[in-house]
Formats: sequence, C-alpha cells, structure tokens
Amino acid sequence: MSIEFLSDEQREIGELARRFADEQVAPQAARWDRDHELPRETLTALGELGLMGVCVPPELGGSGADFVSYTLVLEQISRADAGLGTALAVHTGAGTMPIVVHGSEEQRQRLVPPLAQGHEIASFALTEAGSGSDAGAMLSRVEEQGGELLLSGTKQWVSNGSQAHNFTVFALDPAAAMKPSAFVARRGAAGMTLLGEAEKLGQHSSSTADIGFDATPVERLGEPGDGMKIALSTLDGGRIGIAAQATGIAQAALDLAVGYAKERVAFGRPIGGFGAIQQKLAEMQTEIEAARALTLRAARLKDAGLSHTIEGAQAKLFASRVARHWTGEAIQILGGYGYTKDFPAERYFRDAKITEIYEGTSEIQRLVIARGLLGEIARED
Amino acid sequence: MKICVLVKEVPDAAVQKKIDPSTGRMDRSGEKNLNPYDTHAIEAAMQLKESGAMAVDEVVAVTMGPDSAERALHKAVSLGADRSIHLADDSLAGSDVAATGYALSKVLEKEAPDLVLLGQQSDDGECYTIGAVVADHLEFPSLTQVIKIDVEGGTKLRAERQAEYGYDTVEINLPAVISVGDAINEPRYPSLKAIMGAKKKPLDKVSAADSGIDAAKVGGDNSAAQWTGSSEPPKKEAGRIIEDEDTAETVDQIVAWLDERKLI
Repeated sequence: MSIEFLSDEQREIGELARRFADEQVAPQAARWDRDHELPRETLTALGELGLMGVCVPPELGGSGADFVSYTLVLEQISRADAGLGTALAVHTGAGTMPIVVHGSEEQRQRLVPPLAQGHEIASFALTEAGSGSDAGAMLSRVEEQGGELLLSGTKQWVSNGSQAHNFTVFALDPAAAMKPSAFVARRGAAGMTLLGEAEKLGQHSSSTADIGFDATPVERLGEPGDGMKIALSTLDGGRIGIAAQATGIAQAALDLAVGYAKERVAFGRPIGGFGAIQQKLAEMQTEIEAARALTLRAARLKDAGLSHTIEGAQAKLFASRVARHWTGEAIQILGGYGYTKDFPAERYFRDAKITEIYEGTSEIQRLVIARGLLGEIARED
Repeated sequence: MKICVLVKEVPDAAVQKKIDPSTGRMDRSGEKNLNPYDTHAIEAAMQLKESGAMAVDEVVAVTMGPDSAERALHKAVSLGADRSIHLADDSLAGSDVAATGYALSKVLEKEAPDLVLLGQQSDDGECYTIGAVVADHLEFPSLTQVIKIDVEGGTKLRAERQAEYGYDTVEINLPAVISVGDAINEPRYPSLKAIMGAKKKPLDKVSAADSGIDAAKVGGDNSAAQWTGSSEPPKKEAGRIIEDEDTAETVDQIVAWLDERKLI
C-alpha cells in the first residue's frame, strides 16, 4: 500500500479492513465459493464496524470517512474474497450513494441509515437482457396510475439481488418523454419476483439475480429524465471501487505466488531462486503498485470534488487487466497445484475476469478515455 | 474506579528490527504500530468496564515516547480508552527500563489509578519488566503474565498467571499493576466511528517537569544500564541428512549418531 501518503485515519481504516479480511473472510472464502453462499452474518459484522457505509455521511448513519478510505477497504476485503468485495461495492457505491447524492432529504433520512449500518442491503438494477453498455436500450418502464408509479420489466444480473432490501432501478419514464429515470423499489413490493441466480465463472459468493417487476410500486429518485445522468455518475465512482477490488485480487495472487516461490523446491532450490520466477514476480508487484496508484489518484480526485471520470476509467481499465493477467500468471507459478482447488490461485483467476466487464467493460473505459482525449471526433452518430 | 493502561509505540511487526550501532538503541525509523500486547491490556480494561463487575469510571491510556507515539494513543482510544496521556520530553530519550518505569510511575502517581494494566512485553525491547518497576515505585503489588482476571468484589481481584510449569491462581488487592499475556482475550476491532473519532478524545501532552520527574534520574546518560555491544547469535551447524534407502541401515545410523552424543 502506498501508505506513505495516507492520513492516520485512512491507515487505521485500511488496517482494520486488513485484519477483518485476514481473520473473518479469507479462512472462509473457499467454502463460500464452493457453496455459492455469502453468510448474512458477515455483512452484519461489517455493518457493526461501520464498513457498510464507509463513505456515507455520519448524519445519515454512515462512518463519514472519505472515498480513499472506502477504496482501501474494498481492496482489503477483495483480497480475501472478491465476491464479498462486489457485495460491498454494489451495496455502498452503486446502491447507497445514489440515494445519498440524488435523493430528497426525506428519502435520505428514511432510506440511507439502515443501509449505511448494514441492517439492510442495497443493490442497483440497470442491466437488461438486451441492454448492457447501451443502457438507453432498456425496455423497463413506469406508468402512473392513480398517483402511484408502477414499474414493469425484467432486470438482469442484479448484484446482491437475492439479499437486497433496497433497489435503485432504472426505467423509461412517460413524465420525461420516455427517457430513463431512476426509481427506488423495496423488497417485497407487489409484483416483484426473484427469477433466478446466474451461474457464473467466478465470484460465487456474490448474488447475481434476475428480478422481475410487474406493476411494482416504486418511488422516484431525482428528477424525471435524469436516469442516465444518475446511472453514469454512479458508475464514475463505482469504477474506482472496481479498480480497488481488482487491485486486491491481484495482491492476493501475488502474496500467494511469493509464498509459494519461497517454499516450493525444484531442482534442489526454492523456485524463487530462478530468474524466470523472479522476473515474473517483480513485474507483477510493479504493475499492482501502478494499479493501486491509479486507483488512489482517482479516489483523491473524487474526494477533492474534482472530475474523475477519465481517471476512474483509467484506473479500472488498468487494474482489471492487471488482475486478469497476473492471476493467470500466479497459476503458472504454482504449476499444477495452481490449477487445483487445493490452492486459491484458480479462484482468484475466475474472480478477476468480471472486473474487465462489470461497471463498464474495458472497451467502454477506453471509449470514455478516448473521448476525453479526442473530444467530438471520437463521438459518432 | 480508574484503570490506567500503559501502551507503547513499537516498530510494526512486519518491519525487520535492528539496533543502530552508533547509539545502541533500536532503529525506530520504519513503520510503527501500537504494541500488540498492549491491545490485550486495553481489551482487558474494556471487559472489566463493560462487565459491570467493577465500577470503572474511566480507562486512561498512558505512553512515554516521541511525538509519533501519539498515533499509538489514538489507536488505544479507538479501541475504547476514554482519554490518553502522552509523556514526551527530549530529556527522556534513551532511558533504560528502570528510568522509564520511574518516569511512568510519576505520571501514574498524579492519576492515582485503582488498577494499572499493560502488555507483558513490548514487541521491540521485550524486557517484560516495566510493570514491576512501575509497581515498585508506586508501592503497588504486581502480577505478570496474567491470562484471566476475575473481580472478587470490593477491591480484590483473582488472577490466573501463565507460568512455565502450569497456571497460578493469585488473589491481589487493589491498587495493583498487572501485565497481561496475549492469551487473556481477543482484542476487538475498532469501529470506523471510533477510528474517525479518536482524535476528538482528550489527549494530554505532559513534560517531565509537569510530571515532577527528577531529570537526573532519566535519559540515556542517567540510566544505570548502558548498552555496550551486540552480536549475532552463533550460527547453527548444518544438519546431516540421512537418505532412507534401507530402513534397517537408516535406523542403525540414527541410533549410532544419538549414541555418539550420549543422548540414548
């Protein structure tokens, strides 16, 4: 960790997350992966420590720490279990923060405290079967009936979907000439159905659910027609979180590979004594430090209230590639053992891939970066 | 009642510890942390306070050290201490255990605690003795390596000590000084709120003069124990590896080796 530049509080928060990750998460991560389970108690324990609302203001029940602290927590938790990292990132960054930022005062006071304290879980429902990166192609819509807003449609791959109490949902809005608006749906509302869990390559401890809405009563979040603005600004911050998560997964792979290189003896000496392994590990560590530095840079910009769209995209693009590439190389260093479930290298590898896809694919990150670089000519109709 | 917990800032566990050969003191330039044994002492104080077995009004963390030691106090209050005292004075630098214990006892005298708790050892100096020195100056009874504390009612505690041969059960009257081992409890996690609020809890910075410390009794030059040198432990001889080709022969070789050394 580039701890030299962190404040005392940031260091202590990172240290707390490290200890929690090592003691409460890492020893169970393989089992959660195998059982496709994330125990509610773990989220409750995180909530009790204030880790479910790290960057939520204290007057809304949060811990009132900054975004840098939040990324430090995400990195540490993801180092132990990336699925829990996803649950935490979606809960806080995608689920809770849009209400903090865009909710009315009444919504903030009512909805945020139970989320910030971990009594309730939040999620974010944007993607549909036919609408991913092109969020505007969504089909879900609301209708106003007798003063009530009713939402109908199917949202896909809703992280935390099966556990969440509070859903930030996006749908086409007649009050905004059928442009998307943001809404809040509550678990148990009429017409809401859990349609099933996605079978995934990795991150098995994280719930990824399809949710059906059939004339489900919802409340509006923000102004009519602001859906895309709210979704994109949420993802601006969310990307920094995913960059931190990817850095954590890569760090876990490095720690494992270094430990193995010191212990595994081949041809009469620990394999760390061989140049081929040394070169790999040196490069791996350097790239992880670079990923961390890009992540902290984007987080600092966000804390300073400065634009961080490009920087967040760069952090995510780079860190996710580092995680995907080096978790594969960690398997290589462990050889046949790395390919087995006796070691966590294969789990890191499976968990890392999605960081290049969710909260904006790497291709979208490059598009964001290119538009910043080239301006109008990078946009085409 | 008041519990004072003695805490210390030490090099982080991940830092390779070394002696600065020019001063004979530990090189404390790297990453530092609160002495892990002291976190058990704070936890013990918090458990006594929260259990209600003893009416504890406040838990006060006390340290002696340079400016950076403030961080150890912030950590101590994030783990539950109500306030902290930082004894910092250039004249104290280089004090040996006896001088450090004397200086801390002067701060404690003013606080008049009913119980002083501390970790049984520091992760750097590992002298194990500071509690005994403090107790001697305060004229309090003292226990070391305690792994269980029960309140016997009134001003009496029953403690279990971890000794080499087993466990001692000892009753002790308050006020007392007790050093605890890491088996006594599992220190809690500080909450984020506690971390964020740590700097808002009262921290008194006191000098040697404020505490009535006799300057002639502290500091490197006035310490009775003087470091004169250090050396690496002797290298172990390389062991002998016996390949197990014929087990009967291997056993014979091992027995012969042990016999040669009069080990059997």
